[in-house]
Amino acid sequence: MPPVLDVHDITVAYHRKPVLWDVDFTLAEPSLVGIVGPNGAGKSTFIKAILGLVPLASGSVRIFGEPVERQRKAIGYVPQRESVDWDFPVSVLDVVLMGTYSELGWIRRPGARQRQWARQCLGHVGLAELAGRQIGQLSGGQQQRTFLARALAQRAEIYLMDEPMAGVDATTERVVFGLLRELRSQGKTVLVVHHDLRTVPQYFEQVVMLNTRLVAAGPTPETFTPENIRKTYGGRLPLLDDAAEAVRMKERSA
Amino acid sequence: MNWPSSWWPNYNTIVVLAGTSVLGAGAGLAGCFAVLRRRALLGDALAHAGLPGICLGFLVWQERSLPVMLCGALVTGLLGVLVVSLLRRYTRIKEDAAIGIVLSVFFAAGTSLSRFIQTGTTGGSRAGLDSYTLGAAAGMRAQDVYLIAGVSAACLLLIVACYKEFKVVAFDPGFARVQGWPAVALDLLLTALVAVMVVIGLPAVGVVLMAALLIIPAVAARFWTERLSGVLALSALMGAAIGSVGTALSSRFSLTPAGPVIVLVGAAVFFISMLAAPRRGILALRLSQSAFARRFAEQGVLGRVLAAEAEAGPIVDIDDRSTAAATRRLIAAQAVVRDAQGQLRLTVSGRRRAEQIVRGRRLWQQLFLNSPELAPLYADLDTESIDALLPPDLIQQLEAESSTAADDRSEAQ
Repeated sequence: MPPVLDVHDITVAYHRKPVLWDVDFTLAEPSLVGIVGPNGAGKSTFIKAILGLVPLASGSVRIFGEPVERQRKAIGYVPQRESVDWDFPVSVLDVVLMGTYSELGWIRRPGARQRQWARQCLGHVGLAELAGRQIGQLSGGQQQRTFLARALAQRAEIYLMDEPMAGVDATTERVVFGLLRELRSQGKTVLVVHHDLRTVPQYFEQVVMLNTRLVAAGPTPETFTPENIRKTYGGRLPLLDDAAEAVRMKERSA
Repeated sequence: MNWPSSWWPNYNTIVVLAGTSVLGAGAGLAGCFAVLRRRALLGDALAHAGLPGICLGFLVWQERSLPVMLCGALVTGLLGVLVVSLLRRYTRIKEDAAIGIVLSVFFAAGTSLSRFIQTGTTGGSRAGLDSYTLGAAAGMRAQDVYLIAGVSAACLLLIVACYKEFKVVAFDPGFARVQGWPAVALDLLLTALVAVMVVIGLPAVGVVLMAALLIIPAVAARFWTERLSGVLALSALMGAAIGSVGTALSSRFSLTPAGPVIVLVGAAVFFISMLAAPRRGILALRLSQSAFARRFAEQGVLGRVLAAEAEAGPIVDIDDRSTAAATRRLIAAQAVVRDAQGQLRLTVSGRRRAEQIVRGRRLWQQLFLNSPELAPLYADLDTESIDALLPPDLIQQLEAESSTAADDRSEAQ
């Protein structure tokens, strides 16, 4: 059986500056994987490189032994909340329905079946009663959960999530965590860019520690050690990062 | 009532009216996606960059042929867009500056070319090149209308067919790519749609004003609806109305060319939408804001009366005008009454409301103290009942903590 995810020696560079450098990572079995590292360490770029959203300077990515282009239907994606215009004239249900678009193919519109499935996904993240709202009227946490519901609607095998727990309320964090557990129990793989080091051991079976280069990767108990954390964050204490994150969050919601 | 004979349109006017209204509808439709993808100015660059193409078309063909000149406009228009994206990609110039450069330089080239043709070549003065700056809708003939209608219908068909593909690409191109949609191709298709619409509109409204027909209906329509399909339909309708009303006014009052009148009618539609639209309009926003300020002032007065009654002391210095007004409203709502001494007293229902407000404030303060990073995500000054905003277990915890905090304070005293 081919590995779930095989990231082979990838390098990504912007204007000759490396963002990711020779990152090599193989995930043999389905797992819950946290991706951690300081700001600007290339965590988001790592996810985008796997998805084929940024050009690789070198290296290759395989999912279930095949190039990403041939596994599109197996991939679910939760981008960063800030990546879209929340004033766009679509309803919450419209956004979740987008998760069903690839199964529909060209031209065909989502029908009753897709609608029902999308509502079910919305109910799963506790937003059933907000289905008809325009997305800009949601709180940050609810917007994040809308993206999660859209990813659920994709019925994927491997999910990639970019900071789904950044700047969200406690309810949303609980929902996300519950969802990760549930997906895992269904044999899915989830890779999550995560900023809160305190919750890493609680949430993730495996951890990828990035700082442009791959510092360490493997099962959380053996890999997520003070030694490796120091190596990943260099002189910068993770606690300071947490404080900076809190400030950023407050600014965002102000 | 006796209509003036000039009011009843003759055949020519009907042709022109049909042409400008269908053009307005098509441009309104194509403009929606441009506006929603924040590419509104690209249409302007396209239009201006079309002028040299019109002149080149004339030079190549050596006579006035609308199809050839419009093809020329399409080529140089798209070339202009290409230059914008190259400038953005390979230099550090930002998009707005790149559009500004391309737009003015191509327009300058077009104007110079047209002067060169008119003075230097035989028959150049009959090319009518000047009319492409502001357009000459009155010169529209039936076959021009067929062309406009054909292109608009094709544009409509394409948007109806690829509605969901365009929607996902416009909203979240990254997600669309992950799903395997050819996001770049769909993006180009949307740009091509705008380009074709712009080019067929050039003879009627000209390179300077064409962008208004793309942008104004879409932006005005967005004020009235929260649905993409609604924005598209309304924008097309508004575009048609703007085009026909503008043309009718221009013909009635002999204001030619019609382009500027059409754009002014568009401005009126936009202005009305901006002011009067429910929820998104300025008036609606103002109203809801001042309603909130009034409720907030009432909450403040209720809290003060409750505090004064608890200390059994007299109040009440109703100082400024907003609290005085809030007090009057509270009296009218029978939340408070004035007693014989003129002091404010809470009624039974007023007391219930005041206690809820004060309790809410105390718990919010505790939450801001406990988790300053989370509290702002929950807080809503307009909701008086904290129970509607926070989960019950969190409220219990806050209750416990805030009462210990109060005990600590009283011990310290």
